[in-house]
Amino acid sequence: MRLNKSNILAELNWGIILLYLILVGLGWFSIYATTYNEGQELFDLSTHYGKQLLFIGLSIGLIILILSIEASFYERFSSIFYSISLLFLVGLFLFGKSINGQTAWYSFGSFSLQPAEFVKTTTSLAIAKIMSDNLFDIKKLSDLRNVLIILIIPFTLILLQPDFGSAIIYSAFIFVLLREGLSIQFFSAMLGILLIFISTIKYGINSTIIIVLLVVGLFFYYAYRKQALFFRRNWPFVISSVVLVFVITLTSSFLHNRVLKPHHKDRLALWLRMEKDPKKVRQLKRTYGFNNDQSIKTIASGGLLGKGFLEGDRTNGKFVPEQHTDYIFSTIGEEFGLVGASTVIILFVLLIIVIILRAEKQKSKFSRIYGYSVASILFIHFAINIGMVLDLLPTVGIPLPFFSYGGSSLWGFTILLFIFVKLDANQTNVL
Amino acid sequence: MRNKGFILIILTIGSGLFFIARLFYLQVLDDSFRGNPLNNAAVRAKYEYPRRGYIYDRNNKLLVANQTSYDIMVVPNEIRKIDTLEFCEILSIEKEEFIKRVHKAKKYSPWLPSLFLQQLSKEDYAILQEKMFRYKGFYIQKRLLREYPYNSAANVLGYISQVNEEMAKKNPYYQSGELIGYQGVEKYYEKELRGVKGVKYIKRNILNKEIGPYKNGKFDTLSVAGKDLKLSLDVNLQQYGEWLLRNKKGGIVAIEPHSGEILALITAPSYNPSLMVGRDRSKNFNKLYLDKFNKPLFDRSLQAQYSPGSTFKMVNGLIALQEGVITTNTTTRCYGGYKYGVRKEAFMGCHCHTFGRPMKLEEAIYKSCNTFFSTAYRKAIEKYPSAAEGMDAWSQHVKKFGLGNYLGYDLPVGQKGLIPDAKYYNRYYPLKNWKAVTTISNAIGQGEILTTPIQLANMTCAIANRGYYFTPHIVKEIDRKPIDNPKFTIPKKTGIDSTYFEPVIKGMQLVFEKKGGTAYYSQIKGIEICGKTGTVENFISIEGKKTQLADHSIFIAFAPKDNPKIAVAVFVENGGFGSRIAAPIASLMIEKYLTNSIQNEWREKKVQGINLYEQEYNKQLELLKANASK
Repeated sequence: MRLNKSNILAELNWGIILLYLILVGLGWFSIYATTYNEGQELFDLSTHYGKQLLFIGLSIGLIILILSIEASFYERFSSIFYSISLLFLVGLFLFGKSINGQTAWYSFGSFSLQPAEFVKTTTSLAIAKIMSDNLFDIKKLSDLRNVLIILIIPFTLILLQPDFGSAIIYSAFIFVLLREGLSIQFFSAMLGILLIFISTIKYGINSTIIIVLLVVGLFFYYAYRKQALFFRRNWPFVISSVVLVFVITLTSSFLHNRVLKPHHKDRLALWLRMEKDPKKVRQLKRTYGFNNDQSIKTIASGGLLGKGFLEGDRTNGKFVPEQHTDYIFSTIGEEFGLVGASTVIILFVLLIIVIILRAEKQKSKFSRIYGYSVASILFIHFAINIGMVLDLLPTVGIPLPFFSYGGSSLWGFTILLFIFVKLDANQTNVL
Repeated sequence: MRNKGFILIILTIGSGLFFIARLFYLQVLDDSFRGNPLNNAAVRAKYEYPRRGYIYDRNNKLLVANQTSYDIMVVPNEIRKIDTLEFCEILSIEKEEFIKRVHKAKKYSPWLPSLFLQQLSKEDYAILQEKMFRYKGFYIQKRLLREYPYNSAANVLGYISQVNEEMAKKNPYYQSGELIGYQGVEKYYEKELRGVKGVKYIKRNILNKEIGPYKNGKFDTLSVAGKDLKLSLDVNLQQYGEWLLRNKKGGIVAIEPHSGEILALITAPSYNPSLMVGRDRSKNFNKLYLDKFNKPLFDRSLQAQYSPGSTFKMVNGLIALQEGVITTNTTTRCYGGYKYGVRKEAFMGCHCHTFGRPMKLEEAIYKSCNTFFSTAYRKAIEKYPSAAEGMDAWSQHVKKFGLGNYLGYDLPVGQKGLIPDAKYYNRYYPLKNWKAVTTISNAIGQGEILTTPIQLANMTCAIANRGYYFTPHIVKEIDRKPIDNPKFTIPKKTGIDSTYFEPVIKGMQLVFEKKGGTAYYSQIKGIEICGKTGTVENFISIEGKKTQLADHSIFIAFAPKDNPKIAVAVFVENGGFGSRIAAPIASLMIEKYLTNSIQNEWREKKVQGINLYEQEYNKQLELLKANASK
């Protein structure tokens, strides 16, 4: 430790820390609201908010620990962290505890630990490590392959638990790869395939092909007018992309009609608002859509200003399942209304943007890539969780960072964020 | 490649904006999710029904009390998957019935509570209460039911029943399925009796379990207990009258002349008020409602309009005295009838059997002489320059006796009756060529005149009081405080000088006391009763032919002669001469009320022995049936 303490404090990005504290604080109050019963003690460790208070206290300890460790330590030991964390994931299949059919937990008495929450951090470190190598070139297939392998191992292990929600988080790294030079076409193609798939299900094969070909045709026409050579040089690409549209559309249709089970189709139908029979819609909302339906009813009942802290009758009545974990945002919506909920959204947006901007400022490539990973992971969590709570996405079980109840989740995000804070504070020492 | 970093920034800001837009839509724009903040899945308005006021008779005998019942309410939109079979089994209803009832409730409102099943037994309630949390969308509502210790005076007391959907929409105080007074005192004094219901907003959790008051009870209100009513009714007299009218159709009204308090209000046939309580209420009600021949729900004492017959003669005598066209010494001779025109039919027969002996007003009353009153009536009308003016003056006098219009008593049903005036006859005789003799039937209470039994009883009060009456009323005290409604406490004047009443009252006394008086056989030793018989011809139309039925029997009376305590009007349909049934009933009523005992049991037996169903009504029914089958 070459720096004295006052210097460390001066180098810290207090904006990020402040946002963190606000979000964790608001999160705790929301958890308090979901489990609030009159006449309970504040530090009752049998309650969710009591436990969460303990988790927050331990997080402070973690933060001090993270900030006091040498920054280079994280870069140097990243592969070891990554390997150890994978061992923990594998160990789950031997020693893990099954909750709700998912073997995602190690259990110690009344406390449980979910390793997947920490693997996000170790994977980010590993990715940053491998990509910050001076010889690394993302355009080289072997290098890209290595990155993908690092991602696919934890993704697969988590998917096997099975925890689809935690696995889908690894899609966040596409933004990191993009930032580090992955061709935009790759990203566009992925997005395109997804859109075509959704469009095929919602609007049918014919409409989708017509719409997509129209868009593609317009794009090529525009390109041709601008640069006739473009078309002449790329005609195999043009033709293959048209063929691809047909193939993707037909495959999507085939997948939807033949491969997907009826209950999958029902979920898709509910999500894409395709079911027109009100009876069926009601039935779906009582089954697959139950949580989301309760969630938006609860949020909508908050109105502009909300019902007031602890005054949310639907929160009091525990109408939203999993409200203290994945659906915590609905509490804010009910008790603090549009104003409160929008404020929380703005806080998250601010935090992510500040992290991105700080990441861009990093002189060390490792810090930059790691920072980008942190921002991307937070973004995916934020987008999927709030999207689900607002019934824009189907139910996917992932927590809202810093808000949702749970020690693993809180500690996982705290470590993820504060390693970046430490790296950021340390950049003046990197030459 | 730095620009690619902005993809994430743009996506982040984009999602943030999109989420805020979505929130704005959910929380501000679209109100389909919100509904009533005080009545939804999480907050339920729980009503607390105060004790409905008790009803006592004038001697503090409890007529109407309360008992507890439990109803099951349903909020259709909150029904979740429940064990319908078990639920139906506990309630012992069929599954189809369950579906039907839920469907009906849904039609009323998917969000508001409706009545699902009323009046559970205590045992069913005990079983259900434990399991209720499993039947989301259903809850138990405690409710009060009425209890009738005397099973009497159904027409006076009325009954309470569920508020239907239409009423609930019209009056926001009530919700479908709540109780409201439907007839009688229960209806007229609904507000006093019901009090004000309290409301508690209770938070409930997703399991339909109550978890505490909403906003610490900020919006809750306390219930206000209903007020007790003390009626002027004497239940002993009421029951006695009901007993006397058994097997007869008709009405008896007894009023205390110096206060206007209704002592008895009897209609026959009536029903047991307990039939209107409990799960079979609607079945019973339909049975009563559909009985078009007996019309048990029709209050004959208030709603039946009959010609008053000879009981109306006193009014004509008094008007003639007031108009100065006769004096107490004016005599008339009767030769078996009154000839009022040249044609042979212009003759009104009379059964006074005085054979041309000069007769004064007193005698004319107790002999019920048609000739005397026709003469007096004609003189009163012809005193004025035109028949129209005379008729209007006469009509004014009559109306001051409370006839020809609603009396304004505190019961919800009634009829106006009819007292004709010049306008009325002008309508029937467009040439306006009618004269006093055209309307001569009015002299003897026949013709166009229609009165209800309570109007006749009130008219009797006016005579008993020598010139004024109090608007009849059934409620004496509300919440132990005597009523102070000026409508009932300020006397109404008839405009006839009190001195004119003495000869009339004397004549009415002789009806009982003079041999040859029409109620001579109904007199009671020791009580000076004044009365008058009436016998009214009546017809029904069968196959377009006017068929004469047995006469209606009418009697009015008051007693004692000085400082009268009770005035009675009795009306028995097709009972024959007034002296045959109505007079003994009136005299028995008076005796019962004044002495609380009956001297002559033979009289009771005689009245009881008359079964008009066997003698008259069943014949009428057969006539009507035969007519209908043709």
